[in-house]
Amino acid sequence: MRPARTYPDRRDDVRLLVIDPAAPEGAGLRETRTPALPELLAPGDLLVVNDAATLPASLRGTDEAGRPVEVRLIAVRGGWRADAGSSSPVHPSPLRFAAVLFGDGDWHTRTEDRPPPPELAEGARLHFGALRATVGRHASLSPRLLELRFDGDADALWAALYKEGRPVQYAHLAHDLPLWAVQTVYATRPWAFEMPSAGRPLSWEILLALRRRGVRWASLTHAAGLSATGDPAIDAALPLPEAFEIPSATARAVAETRARGGRVVAVGTTVVRALEGAAQQHDGIVRAGRGETDLRITPVFRPRVVDGILSGAHAAHESHFQLLAAFAGADLLAAAAAHAERSGFLTHELGDAMLVLPGALAQPERKATSAP
Amino acid sequence: MGQTTGRVLEGQAALVTGGSQGLGRALGGALAAAGARVVLVGRHLEPLAAAVAEIRAAGGEAHAIVADVADKDAAAVIAGQSTALVGPIDLLINNASALGPVPLRLLLDTDCEDLERALAVNLVGAFRLTKAIAGPMVLRGAGTIVNITSDAATEAYERWGAYGASKAALEQLGRVWAAELAGTGVRLLTVDPGEMDTRMHADALPDANRAELSDPARVAARILALVAGSDTASGARVAIRVGPAGVSAAGAAIR
Repeated sequence: MRPARTYPDRRDDVRLLVIDPAAPEGAGLRETRTPALPELLAPGDLLVVNDAATLPASLRGTDEAGRPVEVRLIAVRGGWRADAGSSSPVHPSPLRFAAVLFGDGDWHTRTEDRPPPPELAEGARLHFGALRATVGRHASLSPRLLELRFDGDADALWAALYKEGRPVQYAHLAHDLPLWAVQTVYATRPWAFEMPSAGRPLSWEILLALRRRGVRWASLTHAAGLSATGDPAIDAALPLPEAFEIPSATARAVAETRARGGRVVAVGTTVVRALEGAAQQHDGIVRAGRGETDLRITPVFRPRVVDGILSGAHAAHESHFQLLAAFAGADLLAAAAAHAERSGFLTHELGDAMLVLPGALAQPERKATSAP
Repeated sequence: MGQTTGRVLEGQAALVTGGSQGLGRALGGALAAAGARVVLVGRHLEPLAAAVAEIRAAGGEAHAIVADVADKDAAAVIAGQSTALVGPIDLLINNASALGPVPLRLLLDTDCEDLERALAVNLVGAFRLTKAIAGPMVLRGAGTIVNITSDAATEAYERWGAYGASKAALEQLGRVWAAELAGTGVRLLTVDPGEMDTRMHADALPDANRAELSDPARVAARILALVAGSDTASGARVAIRVGPAGVSAAGAAIR
């Protein structure tokens, strides 16, 4: 499988491989296209999306000695401003981020081929155009994972970050990605350091058709971090703990859907991590609120809340593909990977899609109670 | 419809384009006084910073974003930056307007580039920002978007062709948007503020009698009442005619 090097003509019209672990043997796969999504879900199902907008999280600049560096922000330290209520805390000032340091160059070079960054001591100053930062503590994991404190108050920081920053992207792409191209159609709170790309093929045409069909939507915010850094120690630890917030309406919708036998369909790994991470912290119940999760979805993980997942297409060797094994058996997934390979599915953030959902291929009109 | 008093927008986040002068600046003050966390967008930092300082001095919350809404890359920046500062936007007011070169010219003398600039700011800029902000509103099931128009959208005033065409198109976008968003909880209102005593008006019609022009602060108070209330249906076009400061005025007409 090849990575998509640019956007599809229409965001909501890419190939979709439907993987139905509840279908009879040999009938668990079907290739269609994303506009068919509304028919694959049933009235009473709940689609949960990550509403995080993608930040311009890559900054290129120099240290005090003029040596070129790139930092890619990976997490906020100290919390975000809450949305409503005058009692909510404002951004901590100065605002601190965890960041991964890169040497000279940019996304055109594969992360693992990038020259090593200069060694930066705690207190070193970095300049990114109008934006200035001080290096804080290094993580024990790697000297390339460090804390950055930006100068200025929140107004100045966000203005400078949006002026100097670019979306994080990788060498498989053919061109620069503008900020608008790495947003979902419902991108709201700028928490994501990379696009929560499973939701990229969703258009309002599809979302409103789902609603007309009786499928509910709900949202949460999950601070998706980086998917690769080229540093073996950091990459082995990814994803790092990530912040999430689940609104009370979403917690309620999940509980109601499960109580009525509907299926909870997560759009992307970040939604799985947030919902299952929250459930893990509260005896299997998804509670509203903020948290941080270090949950890693592995083939042996048994989801307690999420029944299915809409995901980007991934090749069998990718970690993202392996986590689909939490939702479907190894044989079916092997057949799915072979099909996607034969069919020339495109991978990565601008590529094709996969839906793993029990009952998705049961026809014609399933009852909402077909969940396993 | 009277002037709305009190903190009727407490806890809400509002984004106003063209926020450094005229109606936009007055709206920023009125919304912040009503309790909203306000973000003002404008092309130039100095007047914008002054507008923000004025709101903060009065005890309100305001932030500035320097951007040109006609810039294709600006919408995602404005949406992200404003949401980082004040949270998801509950109220978007597309107020930024480009008049084009003054004195205004007959259509036969209007350069294509000047028409394109009017469309880029007044129509496409508002469209792009609405796309970036209305999606999150639909997801959350609530929100109000106000497009500021002009009677030049409906009357054939000589020399107002480029501006008027851009506003007429903005009004039609608003009607279609309201139709497409029906049932989502997101409301789209089109507001014609009438002739106001602003720099833009002075640029266009330097010989106008300022005593006959509406006070932007009074217009802003009416718009505040409109967005704080729920009795104006999505898709409505509201004409506000308040007159100068201190003079009793005609009401708002909905058609």
